[in-house]
Amino acid sequence: MTKINGKTEAFSGLTIAEIVEKFGYNKARVAVELNGNIVPKAKYAETVVSENDVIEIVSFVGGG
Amino acid sequence: MIPSKEEFFNGLAAKHGAELQKKFAVASVAVCGAGGLGSNIAIALARAGVGRLKIIDFDKIEITNLNRQQYFADQIGLFKAEALKENLAKIAPYCEVTAETAKITEENVTELLKGFPIVCEAFDKAEAKAMLVNAVLENMPETYLVSGSGMASLNSANLIKTRKITDKFYLCGDMESDVDAGNGLFGARVLVCAAHQAHAVLRIIAGENNENLEK
Repeated sequence: MTKINGKTEAFSGLTIAEIVEKFGYNKARVAVELNGNIVPKAKYAETVVSENDVIEIVSFVGGG
Repeated sequence: MIPSKEEFFNGLAAKHGAELQKKFAVASVAVCGAGGLGSNIAIALARAGVGRLKIIDFDKIEITNLNRQQYFADQIGLFKAEALKENLAKIAPYCEVTAETAKITEENVTELLKGFPIVCEAFDKAEAKAMLVNAVLENMPETYLVSGSGMASLNSANLIKTRKITDKFYLCGDMESDVDAGNGLFGARVLVCAAHQAHAVLRIIAGENNENLEK
């Protein structure tokens, strides 16, 4: 099982790009951390999530 | 009569403690965006005695900014970075402020933020926030980054929090209320988020970035 934004999900084997899409996030508005490290945007499609990975997807909203 | 630099330091040290004040005095912080978040963050940091600030913004002051941004009515039409530098000079005359009227992009971000170990993201557009956060975290791994997301709406101010996402990345806001979803921007709630960001910066400078308190 993997952990995404604090919740346990069965997402191992999927790429970051697929997970971002599955959650309905806009890719232009997110930053993704995998086990405490930023995942570069260019690597979303090739970064495959493994068992026990911890993922944090920050989806920014407007206002400031 | 403006007090001397030493009098300013002593006045601040009386409130914060001399040891901590020395840390604030040698700190350098870049504030990206000088709107509702950035103008308030910059003023809070200057008032705390942070030694060096860089304000980066491409925009001019408009009448619709005055509900939350720290400008005066007679500054409408001026570039925000320059106007904020003027206002900061009146508040904290010994804070070394650099004003840069520029749009931050993926291409110039590393150059613009060079020499600033702590960066505040204080933009208004979600895409710009994401661009800056990704660019700093990817290209400047030693830099502390404090970002704001979710401060629109009349929802409770208590929903605004500081979260530590990684060792170097802090996120303040309610993470949800989006101006693009038709929420208004209310000055007091924007200030709460700006205060969270400024306070997170002071805690980073002080070395009080205790993970357990902020997860």
